[in-house]
Amino acid sequence: MVPIAKLTIVEAINAALRQEMERDASVVVLGEDVGRDGGVFRATDGLWEKFGDERVIDTPLAETGIIGASIGLALGGLKPVCEAQFDGFATPMLDQLINHASRIRWRSRGRFSCPLVLRFPYGGGIRALEHHSDSPETYYAHTPGLKVVVPSGPYDAKGLLASAIRDPDPVIFMEPKRVYRAIREEVPEEEYTVPLGQARVLQEGSDVTVIAWGAMVRECREALALTSYSIELIDLRTLSPMDTKTLVESVKKTGRAVIVQEAPRNCSVSAEVAAVLSREAFTSLRAPIKRVTGFDTVIPYPRMENYYIADEKRIAKEIDKVMKY
Amino acid sequence: MRKTLAKFSVEYLQILDENGRADETLMPVLGDARVREFYEQMVRGRVFDETALALQREGRMGTYASIRGQEASNVGPALAMDKEDWLFPAFREDASMVARGVSMEALLRYWGWDERGNDVRDVNVFPVAVPVSTQIPHAAGFAWAMKLRKKRVATLVYFGDGATSKGDFAEALNLAGVFNLPVVFVCQNNQWAISVPRAKQSAAETLAQKAIAYGFPGIQVDGNDVFATYVATKEAIRRAKEGNGPTLIECFTYRMSDHTTADDAKKYRDAKQVAEWEKKDPIKRLQLYMKAKGLWSESYERALREQTRKEVDEAVKKYESMPPAQIEDMFRYTYAEMTPQLKEQLGYLKKSIEETKSTGGANR
Ligand SMILES: Cc1ncc(C[n+]2csc(CCOP(=O)(O)OP(=O)(O)O)c2C)c(N)n1
Ligand SMILES: [Mg+2]
Repeated sequence: MVPIAKLTIVEAINAALRQEMERDASVVVLGEDVGRDGGVFRATDGLWEKFGDERVIDTPLAETGIIGASIGLALGGLKPVCEAQFDGFATPMLDQLINHASRIRWRSRGRFSCPLVLRFPYGGGIRALEHHSDSPETYYAHTPGLKVVVPSGPYDAKGLLASAIRDPDPVIFMEPKRVYRAIREEVPEEEYTVPLGQARVLQEGSDVTVIAWGAMVRECREALALTSYSIELIDLRTLSPMDTKTLVESVKKTGRAVIVQEAPRNCSVSAEVAAVLSREAFTSLRAPIKRVTGFDTVIPYPRMENYYIADEKRIAKEIDKVMKY
Repeated sequence: MRKTLAKFSVEYLQILDENGRADETLMPVLGDARVREFYEQMVRGRVFDETALALQREGRMGTYASIRGQEASNVGPALAMDKEDWLFPAFREDASMVARGVSMEALLRYWGWDERGNDVRDVNVFPVAVPVSTQIPHAAGFAWAMKLRKKRVATLVYFGDGATSKGDFAEALNLAGVFNLPVVFVCQNNQWAISVPRAKQSAAETLAQKAIAYGFPGIQVDGNDVFATYVATKEAIRRAKEGNGPTLIECFTYRMSDHTTADDAKKYRDAKQVAEWEKKDPIKRLQLYMKAKGLWSESYERALREQTRKEVDEAVKKYESMPPAQIEDMFRYTYAEMTPQLKEQLGYLKKSIEETKSTGGANR
């Protein structure tokens, strides 16, 4: 029998890092407080003890340096898995990511590549200070040359992170911190991967397709319980490159689509999904594609953030409106 | 040919030692009332800090970054500033902000999950900056504006030892040097950036010496000596206002608490080190000094504590009795005028709350 443990998302991430570091000696983990402290969310707990100073590196407080040096480490033959402590602190990394990591393969006509992973916790709902609650996936997904992965549960977290680390290109791995410890799932102790670029149908249905990723998948699951419709729930998992085939097939079947995201609305990933569906599934649509998103404001401090992030009731209501169109 | 082109040295300043003995040759001229003010501001900071920690533990307030042990680095610079000067805090400067006139109630609100805590009018203090180091170039720019507008105003910016590793720090100091800006850079070197010790933050022997590379003076001061932090800041502000450019002050201090209430420092640091620093407590040493000068007595202390307690309790009461913000507040300050999109989204949210009787579900 294959040993299986019930893990949380953060434990599954820890397990994936451990597994990949054991498997491949070129994998190094670096970031602020990832070593002795084990990461502020404990995602790298125990790795420093096991793999030592040279493979689990506490860096100075320098995000541009961390990502820039990770590019150099990758060019020099290692596989850096670097961490930004929170969504809001990955922002300075965009310079190196947009201007270099994403284009080194392109610029060098394939001679050099940049197989690095940047992981960071994202999203609201943990009663944190400003800059600790953002959902910035759009910036990354918009950048040619980057892959963007967002798991919603422990099993996928482990398998997707393993794939991200093995991927030949730079991968942004966004971790839904609101559900870091909220979901437990059976996660095999043995090695496995979940391929990038594939959405997952979590529940099959025939009335309406609900598409979400990351922490919002939980809110959507709860919304399903509030409606009596036959809902097909899809976890996008990889935002870029997007698995349009799975989305289009589903909407061709249901004729309706609700896309749910935490991030602000303007020019966001949900807009891309909607554009794809309106092009590829146009003749099957029985109602306009609906987006349930964050607002085009800064996500508020915790006293108000629960009004910003769509809850299960708001999502259920929107599903209802689509059904009654 | 080989020759030495330049040699540099780094100055250290301590006026009041651990045992409360002052070097009278360095002591600034301060009246008794002023000395008491230093003490009282630090006690206000300490009592506020203890209260904030307690509120957080009881779930009445959010994640909080304690200033315990850093009161002298908070208060000395604040009291050295003139009314017209401007303060750019990081997030471990509550006592400094309070000494500059920010209400405790506002700070509680800020740490208590409420943006309205940043809405502080009539004091020259900017809101807390959470992304480490990012406020440093703002201060340089603000100082630049003051200079270009011919205003005799100094700008003071706080940041930690960890912040000195970021590009923002380097770029801000460089700009300030190149344009000879009237800005004072105050580094609270509390020896830790969460779990990363100062020695792993930089290979440089002092952080003060980083100024030298940008062409202006840097000084390290005993950050638990409120007279030293005061004097160094006073001198730096004078330099700034006389057109002599920026200064970097490294306040050598210690973070006595966990990084924030979300952290557990036991995981990465030795309790012995904390105990060593306890002996250097900034409040205790000023108290010893004042006692020797006849400026401190048990009854003075009791009255001060009582009065401060009352002040803090009052602030807590105001903080906790404030009605919730309006939904509009979420949208109102995104632009000077709400865009059509935002108006539509606000309308949608209001309707949605009505329809679903939602109190929001994500935050649990
Ligand atoms: C750019 C950025 N990266 C990471 C963080 C998370 N973080 C908050 S405080 C901190 C350490 C700051 O150390 P230091 O500058 O010494 O200030 P201190 O907390 O000691 O006052 C870190 C890493 C942040 N706020 N901003
Ligand atoms: Mg520090």
